[in-house]
Amino acid sequence: MAETVFMGMPKRLVGITIDGRDIEVTEGSTILDACRRLQVDTPTLCQLENLTPVNVCRVCVVELEGSRVLVPACSRKVEAGMKIATDSERVRHSRRLVLELLASSVDMSLTSPQVHGWMARYGATPERFGSNAATVAQPVKVDNDLYVRDYSRCILCYKCVEACGVDAQNTFAIGVAGRGFDAHISTEFDVGLPDSACVYCGNCIGVCPTGALMFKSEHDMRAAGTWDESRQNVTETVCPYCGVGCMLELHVQDNSIVKVTSPLDHSVTAGHLCVKGRFGFEFVQRRRP
Amino acid sequence: MEEVDAVDGLLGEPESLWEGGERHPADDHVAYGGRSVRSRRHLLLPVLHAIQDRTGWVSRGALEYACRRLSIPPAEAYGVVSFYARFALQPRGALALHVCDDIACKCAGADDLCAALEKDFGAPGGSWHRSPCLGLCDRAPAALVERAGSDHEERQVAPITFEGAASVLRGGHWPSTPLTPTLSPRGRGPLLRRVGVVDPLSIDSYLSHGGFAALRRAQEMGGPSVIREVTEARLLGRGGAAFPTGRKWESVADAPIRPHYLVCNADESEPGTFKDRVLLESDPFALVEGMAIAAFATGCGKGFVYVRTEYPLARKRVENAIAQARDRGLLSIDIEVRRGAGAYICGEETALFNSIEGKRGEPRNKPPFPVQVGLFGKPTLENNVETLVNVLDIVTEGGAAFASTGTKDSTGTRLFCVSGQVLQPGLYEVPMGTTLRELLNGHAGGVRPGRTLQTVLLGGAAGAFVTPAQLDVPLSFEGTRAIGATLGSGAVIVFDDTADMKGILLRIARFFRDESCGQCVPCRVGTKRQEEILERMLAAPDGHSQADVMLLSDIAQAMRDASICGLGQTAANAIGSGLTQLKVLNG
Repeated sequence: MAETVFMGMPKRLVGITIDGRDIEVTEGSTILDACRRLQVDTPTLCQLENLTPVNVCRVCVVELEGSRVLVPACSRKVEAGMKIATDSERVRHSRRLVLELLASSVDMSLTSPQVHGWMARYGATPERFGSNAATVAQPVKVDNDLYVRDYSRCILCYKCVEACGVDAQNTFAIGVAGRGFDAHISTEFDVGLPDSACVYCGNCIGVCPTGALMFKSEHDMRAAGTWDESRQNVTETVCPYCGVGCMLELHVQDNSIVKVTSPLDHSVTAGHLCVKGRFGFEFVQRRRP
Repeated sequence: MEEVDAVDGLLGEPESLWEGGERHPADDHVAYGGRSVRSRRHLLLPVLHAIQDRTGWVSRGALEYACRRLSIPPAEAYGVVSFYARFALQPRGALALHVCDDIACKCAGADDLCAALEKDFGAPGGSWHRSPCLGLCDRAPAALVERAGSDHEERQVAPITFEGAASVLRGGHWPSTPLTPTLSPRGRGPLLRRVGVVDPLSIDSYLSHGGFAALRRAQEMGGPSVIREVTEARLLGRGGAAFPTGRKWESVADAPIRPHYLVCNADESEPGTFKDRVLLESDPFALVEGMAIAAFATGCGKGFVYVRTEYPLARKRVENAIAQARDRGLLSIDIEVRRGAGAYICGEETALFNSIEGKRGEPRNKPPFPVQVGLFGKPTLENNVETLVNVLDIVTEGGAAFASTGTKDSTGTRLFCVSGQVLQPGLYEVPMGTTLRELLNGHAGGVRPGRTLQTVLLGGAAGAFVTPAQLDVPLSFEGTRAIGATLGSGAVIVFDDTADMKGILLRIARFFRDESCGQCVPCRVGTKRQEEILERMLAAPDGHSQADVMLLSDIAQAMRDASICGLGQTAANAIGSGLTQLKVLNG
């Protein structure tokens, strides 16, 4: 007879109601998990499967019966009997305002098409704050050969800080500095990356939802007008450097690697790589004249 | 280096190269780091204060040394320093004069004072700085002077005159002004009975006025009975949120995880509020006794008093009171005083935890609530100063006796900080349910002769405006709620017909934009847009556009509904009530 294997404590199922539909999810799941099970499309910006929820963007808020304020779906754990509305007037209003406030202060042009879809769905018109509305526009920081930081695209979702910190890399090269509207992502005393603790793992690029952090190759090609995702192929392979077995997705355009990513759901990487896997691809395309 | 000296003065000499000290041969053979080192993170703010107090600012070298000593990544520490308004990251002189230009001081001519200072001493940011409320509103306009150095000195000055400020800035004499408000006999009750009577520096004086009798009584009764009395008293928290204190105590007492922490929130930063300062400065032993009772009843092993940095005298007196009580063997728990660093948001309970832990004062999402996961992730009882002082009489006289004062839903007395354009600004203690009219006219003498009342801002910047027609509102939680206002922190700022309400509304908008922590989008961008739109509306010569009114109300609703904490949720209250109640735009 096979030995008993301990698989952890059995999880109870919790029954909740979302938009009038009953669903049972395992204890400890979030409202967002439940929404996704029901295929209720819920906008998220600061949430990512491989990071601890920080619930700062507030675009995923839902209305919870009995709660004075809206609650963030990404981090709020389900409790038995919760009655949730994901498309009420209040929810739509807050989601619309969050998108408008962000888009009026940040360059959101490189966010995913999904984000533009949500803006259309909630009727976000960021222009209504007027042309004099303050923005976070600033010059791009190009201080190394591997990646650039364009903080005029930064929505302050904290993802890069988390990826640089305890959620992945434990390098702590960047943090949130300043406060209020002036809050921003920074190294200590805003020193350039070469002078900071950065190890160029690029995990911050991997999690950035707005294109504020970008491969220098992509940045240069965009500047030259040659970046064209429709002409790119993604080739999956395993990193050749060490024995860990990280899965790489090589984004190839015109027979050159232009960007390297790893799938979020990969059991080895959870989307994170190191400097070699992320940036050590030049040797592949070193062509002798 | 001076900074090294200041840091070592607080932490002791470094023991190895790893900690930033000399290289010892043994350093090559030891493993350094881990939990014991990381657990010193909470000392970051005290270390930063030591540096700033010594040299007037935090240099890069100083910050790096602090990081080395406490094993904190420099980027994180930089995030912390740049979060708090009182830490300077640019070199500046040893002398700093902080001039309050907030609501109450504005009514007392702070803008003229600042303009005069600007003319003679240059723009703020050099030797003098504009500051949000310094909690000296009854003697507005107020200022705080500090001089960095090994003999670091700080002094609150209120009222401050141009001559006084100029003397300070020219390196001359610092004006000296009494801080305890003159209390009118009619506006005194149990909470204020020792203020101005006992010597705040002497435990013997406190003991001779019945001090520590409540703690003894509590120990005889036992923890559960104390909590029962507090619950029976139906005491509601006096910090602004009005949560039932008994329920909070019970939750912490029952929390299975240990240790439990006790935190006294003395970060009173709501514009127009100074009640806690008066208690801390004039009756510090009462707070210490209240904390001892709370810790005893809820099983807390360690306590913190988080005092805002703008209250140097209060901090010193509480530290002294703790030391004296400890020397007499009256304290069974260790209480430590922690100093804020210029951030209104740290009055929010979870932001305060982060601040004590040496982090940016960003509020946490709730749940989990502090009674389950609080300071250092442990069950934490956090109470306001006034709340804790109320406990003394509840223990000695019983909860029922306490509940016999006030109204059915708001028991006991309440401290009200009356400031602004009123004949006798000051601190008044009245039973809950007293009308605003009685407080203003009966106690504070009403507006100055020849003036008429325009409005009252109840609850500070996070509160709401009350019109002269609403003066009969009972000052109770339910009474104010009924007219869409709030008691909040007990701030009552009075404006007569000469007050420039547009300027006041703009100041409130600027306050929230300045003080938003920047974490969540609705508040970070919302407070900025709110200020921009309000500025535009008030400046428009030919009236404002309806679209802007709509925008403000849209932003207000999103901030109220979707912000993480109370700051964002209330940041539009006063402005909204100003626009609707006072019709500021039509005037």
